[in-house]
Amino acid sequence: MSAYAWTWIAIIAAGLLAWLTKLAGHTVPERFVENPRVHRIAAFVTVALLVSLAAVQTFTSDAALAFDSRVAAIAVAAILLWRRAPFLVVVVAAAATAAGLRALGWG
Amino acid sequence: MPLPRLDPTRQQALSVSIATGAYGLSFGALSVAAGLDVWQTMALSLLVFSGGSQFAFVGVLGAGGTAAAAVATSTFLGIRNGFYGVALAEFMRPLRGLRLAWGAQVTIDESTAVALAQPHDRPDARRVGFWWTGVGVFVLWNAITVLGAVLGQQIGDPADWGLDAAAAAAFLGLVWPRLASRRAQAVAAISAVVALALTPLLPAGVPILVAALVGVAAGWQAAPVEEVPE
Repeated sequence: MSAYAWTWIAIIAAGLLAWLTKLAGHTVPERFVENPRVHRIAAFVTVALLVSLAAVQTFTSDAALAFDSRVAAIAVAAILLWRRAPFLVVVVAAAATAAGLRALGWG
Repeated sequence: MPLPRLDPTRQQALSVSIATGAYGLSFGALSVAAGLDVWQTMALSLLVFSGGSQFAFVGVLGAGGTAAAAVATSTFLGIRNGFYGVALAEFMRPLRGLRLAWGAQVTIDESTAVALAQPHDRPDARRVGFWWTGVGVFVLWNAITVLGAVLGQQIGDPADWGLDAAAAAAFLGLVWPRLASRRAQAVAAISAVVALALTPLLPAGVPILVAALVGVAAGWQAAPVEEVPE
């Protein structure tokens, strides 16, 4: 099967699993998920996943560590987030930083 | 944004819907940059409908990860949505049939936050907050995703436009509000180091799943409630 077809299968699987997860929250007995340990694990796994996605997206290229204009871009994003800028402003500023540095020839 | 004829709950719901829907533009463009086509990008927004999971899905595929790693990362990131249904149970249950199916689909960060931000003694306002935000974000997020995907197709090399950096900033923006406690900051630092250290050694996408174990370990131990992110 082609990579394109696999991507479609993955999209449908991810959609189904996302919906079943949401549905479970509305249907399971409340006692079942009030376990504080389960709640803590879900909260910290979310943090760990999002941060590692950001780190890999910033500091790696083709399975190797890399240090380029994306590092400056994420620093700009962090400063804007700290200054409570809206999400879209943060994302656009990061893109503009990387694009600008690349246009100047700085990776 | 002045919306004079709406009550405060509906105003809040619409403001959140517009703000959240707007970054569907970045998702659409990033998804196309990661190699998905416009139809696949639209299907992700319609079916997965959870920003973090969608950014993760295209991020893993864009980095050369397998379809299985993309599904796993997307699903693990969506686990929190399962807990939202429990938090909403007090004023949402019983939900049945189509309302249950549809209510589940629009159970996300934003609909839950607006619902729970309404007064505890106003279950009607909480339900209005949930449905207006959930449906509002769904409509705008999907519409603006299409726009982002079509624009993303026109622009040539995504790196020239800094779209790879935009994806990194999007993940940082999604995690930022969850980093208030020392424990969350420690989890963030350790999981970033683990993911980076494993990137040269393991197939794309797998280091991120291994880093998730840092979150499992942190959650396993007892912690004061204020140390646990929302």
